[in-house]
Amino acid sequence: MTTDSMIPPARHAAQDHFRTLRLASPFQPRLEALGRQEDWYTWAGYKAPQSLWDEELEFFAIRSQAAVFDISPMVKYRIEGPDAEAYLDRLTLRDVTKLGVGRVHYTAWCDDEGHVLDDGTLFRLAADRFRLCCQERHLPWLLDSAIGYDVAIEEETEAVAGLALQGPTSWVVLRDAGFAGSERLKAFDLADFPHEGGSVTVSRTGFTGDLGYELFVPAGAALSLWDRLFAAGRVHGIRAIGYAALNRARIEAGLIVANADFATAEHAVRADRVRQPDEIGLGFMIDAAKAGHYNGRRAIEAARRNKTLRRILVGLEIEGNVPAEHAIVYHRAKKEVGLVSAAIWSPTAKRNIAIASLERPYGDTVVDDLWVEIYAMRELQYQKLMKRAKVVPRPFVKLARRTASPPGIF
Amino acid sequence: MKTWDAIVIGAGHNGLVNACYLQRAGLDVLVVEKNDWIGGAAVSRSLTPGFLYSNCSYVCSLFRPEIMRDLELPRYGLQVIPYEGGAVFTQDGDYLANYRDYDAHRREFARFSKRDAEAYDRYARDVTRQCRFIQPLLLRTAPDPTSFRPRDLGELMYLGKKFAGLSAEEMALTLRFWTMSIADFLDEYFETDVIKANFALSGIIGTALGPMSPGTAYVLLHHYMGEVDGSVGAWGFARGGMGAVTRALADSFRASGGTIRTEAEVSRVLVRGGKAGGVVLANGEEVRGRFVVSNADVKRTFLKLVEEKELPQTFLRRVKNFKIRGSSGKVNIALDSMPEFPALPEGSPCLQADMHFTDSIERMERAYDDWKAGRWSADPFIDMVIPTTLDPTMAPPGKHFMSCFVQYAPPKVEGREWTDADRDGFAESVISQIAAYSPGFRERIVHMEVRTPRELEAEVGLTEGNIFQGELTFDQLLFNRPVPGYAQYRSPVGGLYMCGSSTHPGGGVMGAPGRNAAAEILRDLKRGIKDMSGAHDVI
Repeated sequence: MTTDSMIPPARHAAQDHFRTLRLASPFQPRLEALGRQEDWYTWAGYKAPQSLWDEELEFFAIRSQAAVFDISPMVKYRIEGPDAEAYLDRLTLRDVTKLGVGRVHYTAWCDDEGHVLDDGTLFRLAADRFRLCCQERHLPWLLDSAIGYDVAIEEETEAVAGLALQGPTSWVVLRDAGFAGSERLKAFDLADFPHEGGSVTVSRTGFTGDLGYELFVPAGAALSLWDRLFAAGRVHGIRAIGYAALNRARIEAGLIVANADFATAEHAVRADRVRQPDEIGLGFMIDAAKAGHYNGRRAIEAARRNKTLRRILVGLEIEGNVPAEHAIVYHRAKKEVGLVSAAIWSPTAKRNIAIASLERPYGDTVVDDLWVEIYAMRELQYQKLMKRAKVVPRPFVKLARRTASPPGIF
Repeated sequence: MKTWDAIVIGAGHNGLVNACYLQRAGLDVLVVEKNDWIGGAAVSRSLTPGFLYSNCSYVCSLFRPEIMRDLELPRYGLQVIPYEGGAVFTQDGDYLANYRDYDAHRREFARFSKRDAEAYDRYARDVTRQCRFIQPLLLRTAPDPTSFRPRDLGELMYLGKKFAGLSAEEMALTLRFWTMSIADFLDEYFETDVIKANFALSGIIGTALGPMSPGTAYVLLHHYMGEVDGSVGAWGFARGGMGAVTRALADSFRASGGTIRTEAEVSRVLVRGGKAGGVVLANGEEVRGRFVVSNADVKRTFLKLVEEKELPQTFLRRVKNFKIRGSSGKVNIALDSMPEFPALPEGSPCLQADMHFTDSIERMERAYDDWKAGRWSADPFIDMVIPTTLDPTMAPPGKHFMSCFVQYAPPKVEGREWTDADRDGFAESVISQIAAYSPGFRERIVHMEVRTPRELEAEVGLTEGNIFQGELTFDQLLFNRPVPGYAQYRSPVGGLYMCGSSTHPGGGVMGAPGRNAAAEILRDLKRGIKDMSGAHDVI
């Protein structure tokens, strides 16, 4: 037993973290100033806004103006080295050799049984440098997978601040904020732009199905980036939003959330809760012709070949206007065949939509005569509704402006 | 002379649980206790004015909620208060805390290793899976695999089905879990010494094994499968000390018409024609009962209370070879003020929970080396709690009760009996360890109760002071606990039952052996067990 001086300084300095259970985002001063609702939730250990001023109006900011959503709490890994491409190609489902420098793709990665560990976006920042963004934490998995590869992996969640700028006027905001050349970004492109003597990485990506961008800067440059966007965006209706609004937009876009729409393999306690990509709508990521081996490939291909896939994730359109959140799905209004994991009345589509996981063959080859049982609590009484559900393609809302090139001034 | 329906030997928690269920089923039950206090190893006694100690067991998690509910223990005063996670002090002046908050827990681990911080989810998932497998077995009698009785076959099928319900990976993990050392198991998840030491302690508590001994991974599981109000793995303080558990049981028992006699030590069980018919007390008094249930451990019961000639030789040999090895001691301390631990920042919640000083598996193993040599550990492993930080009933305001569970303490010191001087030396190893991290600690001590295996055996009746009434190694679990063929609470002597922790599912203040034994007794009597809840659902 000796004195404090023996404790490594960084470890010592971090002791006090227990005083603040919810970490402040690099954008926290701006969020706090706008957070009139004081409606915070915990996202990956961060204090994050559920809603800032009006959940409903925040949603319409996404679809009509430019909405700013703080994505700093998203888990980020920096993957760098001569073997980075080969490593990621081996780790993830999609073909990383086809991901060009300055491009982003949505991908997923699996354990040996082909069960999805997480989904996320992979940014190719340089030939030998990538950023992987995701919901859950995977450092041991990423490090163990790297054995034999000349690659360095670093968790950089707290060091990098991120903002999503989404909505019809989002590009105009960028233009007026002086991001010259941003008009050249096509969907899933990324580029660096100068900011405060450093740079900001801007990608034309997002979680809303709308025209939109994601901007990443070192945490120290977060506030100046925010201010730059809001100064330019004032005349374009820029508004900060919370997760409730974003969640509506992502359901309209038909996008899934790990541990909301499916259980990730390292968290599922019950053995039957894990899912292969084909069971959660990520089958499109699997390319039978991918040259390199990827983790879980044998199990995934065997399940396809032997037709042993047990579940399927589908989009549902439900009659009526009462959201079917967490409703049970029935066949012929009798046999239980699945569960709704997310549901809203879509203001953009004017349809009652849902994302559901069903037991095959329901939702796969048997798509007729599906029903959902909705319990609507109305003044302390449940009104039980049995409503017809139809399997429909996702996204529920498809907006031409999302991919328009050059981006328009909407 | 009165003949009781049942005589229960020993007013420990399992004896009382058993007695409660029998009495509630309509039997006329007498509990006989050798001490002038009740509670066995779940006891709170005041040995110095103003202070109450949890003299033996000191924290609560394993005690089955089904039993608390069946026996209406809250009505008789039982409250269990969960506590914050605790800390391991490190030799460089830092500490590793366990915070209840998920993200704070991760950030704390990340101070030492980002990788280990992110490895915790997989570790927690795997341990949770095993707990879910085992929890429902706690309140079931282990099947006899050699019997073809329908109930045994049914129970075997239940076990088999549960096992078959596991995925291939889980089956492999289960077998590994039940046989591996805790050190090897933790190596599969973590890389940092202090983080591994932090988890390994649950694998050695109460066991005469080191963290590198095979079988200790299961001991960890045994400490994880409890709960506080549905929070699996959580631990808490019984308000008023662990005696609150047995006090509530005794009050519940008496309220249902049961009788407890204290200062009534049993010298032997009356056996006539291979059948138990009562007990003989130390004063020579004979107390008659239709059957006898022993809460004492299997060695004490069959090697001291029953004449050897009444027992089949195979059974006798197995009882003699049953491993009950003393490995731990207890130091209870009354403090006139809150001790300071300068390593902890002001306001740290760690003071309200279990604190440790052993920051590597190697130090733990070295402490075990001393045990093998027949010495108490020079650098002991201490599980230290200050219950009065959450429970105001155990000391005057501003003063504190500190409980130190200490490992390792051998049953004999270098082959001879413990002496008072040994006991003082053992206590000093503990005090000097704490004082190294807490300046001024000695000056705060008002009173101390030091219990080596010698005192634990003499006062509580635990053979060699083993807190589990027998090691929790795979060879002594399920249908092999305590010995093959007698794992269903019955013994070779008709009408003589076992209900202590020597029986399935083992030790810790769980109450399950007492309850399960009552179920078997009532089955033998062809009485219903309608007032006994089955295991709560694990969903």
